[in-house]
Amino acid sequence: MKFGIIVFPGSSGDLDAYHLIKDVLDAPVEYIWHEASSVQGFDCLILPGGFSYGNYLRGGALASCSPIIPAVVDFARRGGLVLGIANGFQVLTEAGLLPGALYTNADGRFHCHFTTLRVENTDTPFTRNLGRNQLLSIPIAHGEGNYYVDPATLQQLEESGQIVFRYTDEKGQVTAEANPNGSVGNIAGVCNETRNVLGMMAHPERAGEAVFGSIDGLALFNSILKYWEGSK
Amino acid sequence: MRPEDWRKMGLRDDEYKRIKEALGREPNHLELGMFSVMWSEHCSYKNSKAVLKTFPTTGPRVLQGPGENAGVVAIGDGLAVCFKIESHNHPSAVEPYQGAATGVGGIIRDIFTMGAQPIALLNSLRFGPLHDERVRYLFEQVVAGIGGYGNRIGIPTVGGEIYFDPCYQGNPLVNAMCVGLLETNKLRLGKATGIGNPVILAGARTGQDGMGGATFASVELSEETEAPDIQVGDPFTEKLLLEACLELIGNGDVDGIQDLGAAGLTCAVSEMASRGGTGMDVELSKVPCREEGMTPYEIMLAESQERMLMVVSPEKEAKVHAVFKRWGLTSTTIGRVTEGGMLTIRMHGEIVAEIPAHSLAEDAPVYYPEAQEPAYLKTTADLPLATIALPEDYNTVLLKLVASPNIASKEWVWQQFDYQARTATLVGPGSDAALIRIRGTKKALALTADCNSRYVYLDPYAGGKIAVTEAARNIVCSGGEPLAITDGLNFGSPEKPEIYWQFQQAVAGISEACRVLETPVTGGNVSFYNEANGEGIYPTPVIGMVGLLEDATKYCTLSFKAAGDRIVLLGESFDELGASEYLALIHGRVQGKPPALDLSKEKALHRVVLSAIREGLVRSAHDLAEGGLAVALAECLFEKGIGARIQLSSNGLRPDSLLFGESQSRVVLSLSPEKLPALEALAAQEGVPFQVIGETGGDELQITVDGNQRLNLSVAELQAAWQGGIPCHLS
Repeated sequence: MKFGIIVFPGSSGDLDAYHLIKDVLDAPVEYIWHEASSVQGFDCLILPGGFSYGNYLRGGALASCSPIIPAVVDFARRGGLVLGIANGFQVLTEAGLLPGALYTNADGRFHCHFTTLRVENTDTPFTRNLGRNQLLSIPIAHGEGNYYVDPATLQQLEESGQIVFRYTDEKGQVTAEANPNGSVGNIAGVCNETRNVLGMMAHPERAGEAVFGSIDGLALFNSILKYWEGSK
Repeated sequence: MRPEDWRKMGLRDDEYKRIKEALGREPNHLELGMFSVMWSEHCSYKNSKAVLKTFPTTGPRVLQGPGENAGVVAIGDGLAVCFKIESHNHPSAVEPYQGAATGVGGIIRDIFTMGAQPIALLNSLRFGPLHDERVRYLFEQVVAGIGGYGNRIGIPTVGGEIYFDPCYQGNPLVNAMCVGLLETNKLRLGKATGIGNPVILAGARTGQDGMGGATFASVELSEETEAPDIQVGDPFTEKLLLEACLELIGNGDVDGIQDLGAAGLTCAVSEMASRGGTGMDVELSKVPCREEGMTPYEIMLAESQERMLMVVSPEKEAKVHAVFKRWGLTSTTIGRVTEGGMLTIRMHGEIVAEIPAHSLAEDAPVYYPEAQEPAYLKTTADLPLATIALPEDYNTVLLKLVASPNIASKEWVWQQFDYQARTATLVGPGSDAALIRIRGTKKALALTADCNSRYVYLDPYAGGKIAVTEAARNIVCSGGEPLAITDGLNFGSPEKPEIYWQFQQAVAGISEACRVLETPVTGGNVSFYNEANGEGIYPTPVIGMVGLLEDATKYCTLSFKAAGDRIVLLGESFDELGASEYLALIHGRVQGKPPALDLSKEKALHRVVLSAIREGLVRSAHDLAEGGLAVALAECLFEKGIGARIQLSSNGLRPDSLLFGESQSRVVLSLSPEKLPALEALAAQEGVPFQVIGETGGDELQITVDGNQRLNLSVAELQAAWQGGIPCHLS
């Protein structure tokens, strides 16, 4: 399978994702410039972290109007795998591929540190290699990761299993202290109803080599690879 | 021209006379403005040049020393490191967020201008005490501004240092350092060559911001200081500019390139032409402006950010514009390189300024200001130890020390910086030095910024020497070989003989250490006039140092890794309490001389520590600095929550000297017991004092001196004090 990493002006996590897929996973990967109009030939699209268009207006807002986006939306509607990381998550909510919105962190500050994510749903292409309630150590680096959905949508997300990750403490407890940005229900990652589009604020691509503190991000990418093998 | 015309621009009467001689006539208003910014201290180093020449600047690895946008040293495999530190003190005192942000933006441009990919940022910050509301505002905004720029552009901020002292109350220091990586053959310089070659201005449009910033940087701050409009940073545009410039340089499309910083277009055109031995003919109506009807004076002096000037060959011109267009950036050919060295500036064809480039860039007067040993040193030098009462309770002292914002955890700060961007940070902020892995090689870089300005205040020569040495010790404790330094020299007004003496002495001390430790000075920045209402700051020469690990897997961090390890102290302790954090914090005295330093002993220590790390003998290494042995030991406990039991013998020293004194050339190591003989042999071979002082384990820090228990604190209590040291002052 081939990964495509979409590069918007101002993306910076493109490099991190590319490095992980190519150098660590040894899987095919290419950059896709935001002005391209097709994503043909790719099997999983990654919308990377960074500050697309400087995050002017709102995080991800301008990128969601980029020339490539209609092709991404079309790809997702046809069941293609789309992973939005940090700024990429913001782009996916702005583009309407995922519910909710990401506000400025509750304390107003940028946060860069490791967080613990609890796997809430293993029935997605991104988490099938993981165990339910498994804890992952994955870093965050963002100023606008405060996930919000209205109470009705929240209930719907809960019921349909669209909440994929929650921030917890090291014991797996959902606590206020473990919530780095004020996200409703400690939500750290959500997918769409058909579970082929995932958005998360934490950076699995930065948790792929032990020397950088964790390899827990690899499981997510390995899930994608395994899902692809099985679906062939 | 009337005297008030040039004096208002900060030029002296004799400088005006010199300008008239250079032109052979009276300058017009624009020409006078161009001279005023280029001959400001900030751009011309007229007060510091003579002293800076004494720095050792050469070495087998040095590819580019001072005088360019940044220094460059070779690291093998056809690669080189490009790095520099620069101050943005005055803008940050006025508008802390933008001042700090544009300081970061400016230093990043200096690095990619040379053809290097920026890979890491560091910073060195100084503020007044945090109990002051304005200081808290400055501190929080400066931190936000640094993160706001570095995070957005995707370059990790991996290290730095922060100190708080009343001397910085009205004049905070914000120094930013950037480190880049380049293939040696891609190195580009700020030179205009090739007669007839197009001169291209790219990036942001020119606005009216930052007018006269270079001159503003060259005066003291007071209630009445009229600040210019501080430049506003746009990291998004800079990121695009960075990508476009590196693409062009990588493809060999650029002959010469320089960023626009202080003194804007004036500085870029005059320096590039002067270095190339050429002139330029520039048409200002071609410069894309933000505002309608900007005057030639405004266009030439504006310090709008995120702009680059480059000289390319005619056949590359169209391609260069196409690349900028693809990155969504404006680029315009604004002139041509000419023969003869004259800078001809036109507006709609009409000549509005005509100055030899060399006169602007190189012919500023060189001053040899008067220097005089400061009177305060006569009263501070003497520190009779008998006048210092021994503490009744050493536990309280240690808790106070680790909670002092100067020693306390800086986590509150660095968690706001994306220190992991580019996925190469092996060791991030909070360690002795940051470590960055170099992709595609086995190597890593070790980076640090250091200066204990209280030392420099109490003995500028010794303080300068120690600043370099401490930086080197930090690099060594991480497993790196020190390569070279950049210096951020922050001082008060050079027109005051006592301050100029501090400057001369500190530079002499830095030079001495650099010579012995073989870490040449490859560039840096001088920031004078750091005074508020007549009071100078402590002289603060920040040393930014780069080190190299040939094998990225052989690095070391400061924390104890396992219970049951032996703890070794290398180096010798003396009754040295002068200039210490203990003396200032606990006894309220800024007094005495900084600790003695023997550079040959220091070098021997480095050899031992480096060998021990490379041979895999030790599990942790930490240098002793502010707060001495007790603080260093405490810092080793926090990451893993492992305690330590320490037995010291005083050998006639005061217990407070032994525990909190800051004697130089000391390192704490931990290692498994079976490795002790090998380490001891290594130390003996180099004549470095070696002492097993205890072992790791438990959840307390217990220290006995001559069998008497002096310290007994739980790791948890120490850690809470250390972690709360800064947040407890903030809302």
